[in-house]
Amino acid sequence: MSFEAVSEHLLAPTELSIDKLDSVLASMYQHKLDYADLYFQASRHESWVLEDGIVKEGSFNIEKGVGVRAISGEKTGFAYSDQLSLAALQQAAKAARGIAKQGQSGTVSLLKPSSAPLMYPALDPLECLQKEQKINLLKTVDAFARSLDPAVTQVIVSMSAVYEEVLVAASDGTLATDIRPLVRFNCSVLAERGERRERGSSGGGGRHSMEYFTSSPEGEQQAFTYAREAVRQALVNLEAIDAPAGAMPVVLGAGWPGVLLHEAVGHGLEGDFNRKGSSAFSGRIGEKVASEHCTIVDDATLMDRRGSLTIDDEGTAGQNTMLIEKGILKGYMQDKLNARLMNTASTGNGRRESYAHLPMPRMTNTYMLAGEYEHDELIASVKQGIYAPNFGGGQVDITSGKFVFSASEAYLIEDGKITAPIKGATLIGNGPEAMQKVSMVANNLSLDLGVGVCGKDGQSVPVGVGQPSLKLDELTIGGTQ
Amino acid sequence: MMDSTSLIAQEREQLEVAVADAISLATQLGADQAEVAVSRQTGIAVNTRMTEVENIEFNHDGALGISVYVKGRKGNSSTSDVSPKSIEQAVKAAIEIAKHTSVDEYAGLADPALLERQPQDLDLFHPASLEPDDGLAIAKACEEIALSQDQRIVNSDGASYTSHLGIKVYGNSHDYVQSYLSSRHSLSCMLIGQEQDDMQRDYSYTMARNPADLLSPEAVAKDAVERTVKRLGARKIDTCSCPVLFSSDAAVSLFGHLVNAISGGSLYRKSSFLLDSLGQQVFPQGFSISERPHVLGGLASTPYDSEGVKTQDLEVIADGVLNSYLLTSYSARKLGMTTTGHAGGIHNWFVKTGDDDFTQMLKNLGTGLYVTELMGQGVNAVSGDYSRGAAGFWVENGEILYPVHEITIASNLKDMFKGIVAVGSDVDLRTSLRTGSVLIDNMKIAGN
Repeated sequence: MSFEAVSEHLLAPTELSIDKLDSVLASMYQHKLDYADLYFQASRHESWVLEDGIVKEGSFNIEKGVGVRAISGEKTGFAYSDQLSLAALQQAAKAARGIAKQGQSGTVSLLKPSSAPLMYPALDPLECLQKEQKINLLKTVDAFARSLDPAVTQVIVSMSAVYEEVLVAASDGTLATDIRPLVRFNCSVLAERGERRERGSSGGGGRHSMEYFTSSPEGEQQAFTYAREAVRQALVNLEAIDAPAGAMPVVLGAGWPGVLLHEAVGHGLEGDFNRKGSSAFSGRIGEKVASEHCTIVDDATLMDRRGSLTIDDEGTAGQNTMLIEKGILKGYMQDKLNARLMNTASTGNGRRESYAHLPMPRMTNTYMLAGEYEHDELIASVKQGIYAPNFGGGQVDITSGKFVFSASEAYLIEDGKITAPIKGATLIGNGPEAMQKVSMVANNLSLDLGVGVCGKDGQSVPVGVGQPSLKLDELTIGGTQ
Repeated sequence: MMDSTSLIAQEREQLEVAVADAISLATQLGADQAEVAVSRQTGIAVNTRMTEVENIEFNHDGALGISVYVKGRKGNSSTSDVSPKSIEQAVKAAIEIAKHTSVDEYAGLADPALLERQPQDLDLFHPASLEPDDGLAIAKACEEIALSQDQRIVNSDGASYTSHLGIKVYGNSHDYVQSYLSSRHSLSCMLIGQEQDDMQRDYSYTMARNPADLLSPEAVAKDAVERTVKRLGARKIDTCSCPVLFSSDAAVSLFGHLVNAISGGSLYRKSSFLLDSLGQQVFPQGFSISERPHVLGGLASTPYDSEGVKTQDLEVIADGVLNSYLLTSYSARKLGMTTTGHAGGIHNWFVKTGDDDFTQMLKNLGTGLYVTELMGQGVNAVSGDYSRGAAGFWVENGEILYPVHEITIASNLKDMFKGIVAVGSDVDLRTSLRTGSVLIDNMKIAGN
């Protein structure tokens, strides 16, 4: 059903049809290529921002185009156009195939529509709520956040929805389409007390309807829980004392702190870096790269999650890939190019920001499986250290393995008890070494709320992370005391 | 067949017409005010890796963005496709959005008296060959030199050459349409060095409006090699407090935090550690930053900002005192001030340098940390609390002893700004925010 709808929408307004795509791919194979693909994309994006109690900004964005890629050995030629027409497509195809010399090599497989199990509903989230309902939701969340504490002096509430259709046609016979809804809600507040001001922020989303934000899975409308959480974080940070500096035991909370795995492990296990030998994990499959408590997967097959994929941007079905099992490195995340050059199969991790960007191996939802301890046992085991339940962003140097991530909410642990909140600080470590120091993993696996954005080579894609609470025996905390 | 320059000139004319048409359509459909911005980029990006061709990309990007104001309510829309039909859809979408936003008394176009109607030519357009083979030859030459310099360079993340031509058109319903052309060319190279088990990477680059101003492939290659091999054998140091010298390229980010703190949007949201600091001593006496938007060929030169407001020379910091905020029309109205022409960001900044070269700056540091790389986003914009990952070198008595990594440096930006002891004469000429190395009196280093 989705296939007909998407090919109708993307191709029908132009003079294009599936057999024309066949002929464009065949024309590219007049040069010595190993692979070629066409990626059609059309998206609509709507967003609303409330600030100072008024709906200040609203925007509507339309993007569409086609990307054409030709691969010969390790070489890639790439061109794209924002015109969906046969002439523009042929021109891009001619430019891309120039990567290889003329001369027939393989043949193009006949395009055959394939389908994969849907990981999210084929709905248009822009149409889920009336504009009046969206505006009303922003206003009620604003009033709710302000009502929670007199220290709250500013509230910014935003929501956005994207409806995207893609079609991939490739010389290996792949012909696949996907409808990708993506929604996001956020609440950010400023709290002031005396001389101090602090921000708190919380939000969530996923590949589902906007109605999720007005649903009440736990008694309170989802959008209100973000406001409550944003206010709570701002108030905690108003009380925060200076953070300590130096190496010490760290307990990371469940959920979003899984950004640890994304930085310390995830990027280093992307196929391109490992093919090129530039990752700290290169050539280490079968080796112990983490403690035996660590089992880590990249899983595109979780229903409705922000990082999930029915198909990746090369038309490969989304998969659940074992990366590290009980500390042993099991596999890398692959796209078609790197899989072919490493003699393995794509793991459905070929992703691109848009038709105007080249696909690369990228993460989907990366998380650690649950362990056996109770969360409280982890805290109780630390004499002097840090408990960090919330994080901002992170970064990694995949070659040296050094990674950082910044705590946005953290506390001292003293004699097995959580005590004073501390100011945000950066935590730094070395991926393979830090993962060996994971000594306890709790039984409370949870995934983040659906806010992750991953950047690589200037391309942004939505991702998910998750983990149970875990304890690292030692990590360096970048405080001032 | 037309060359790229005449194609660009033709496209520029078409886009100017499209912008004017979009504005009149918006007015016809009920907008009291409207503004439209288009940017288009054409060019190539080519990569080599281990001296073989890796990628050839033909870029042709752009987007048209429109804002309409209907009885004090604002609506925005954008489209990647600039065909008349898509533009019409976008205008209608923006009008539709404006039916649902709130009346905002501060919203609207810039004051017509401030618009730049006779922009000068800032010498920003220098097209180069867009033939992939020409770019590949440059990237390949760079990588070949880089891989032949030092046995410890065992691998490469590749060399990249890019060349792009851009068109920017801005118009608004004050009967205003202006446009200009620009170009940007760059070469970069990233290398991987290895010594025993230690693997490190680093890179170098060059970027310019005019290809003749690019550093040679040899200079980029040798700098990348030197930076990479110097990092080998890096170790962690013990937690301590000491003076910190930021290299000229690492120091750019310090002033980036300043830009954020004195931008109108951060100020009216009270999300700045420099709230109410206008006229206050924020840096030590003798420290100054000047903005010069009209430098010929400058990477951040613009005749007018993204609202059409004329850009002007500005002393941002004079003798340590904050002389001006960075405002757009909107943030200026919110703060009861006048725009400073900073819609779209800052222009070329020049930090006043001292007389000491890098060697002398190391002596000024004495014993402490020389930082060449920063990692992560650990800056609290509201409080100024600063905690970032760092790599660099341990220095004793003015001599570099060994590379260090896996450490953090922490303080508060207010204290760091006031604690600037000296700015070196070793300016990084590749950036639009130009500074020499910056010595800060004391920071907390977290390590072992």
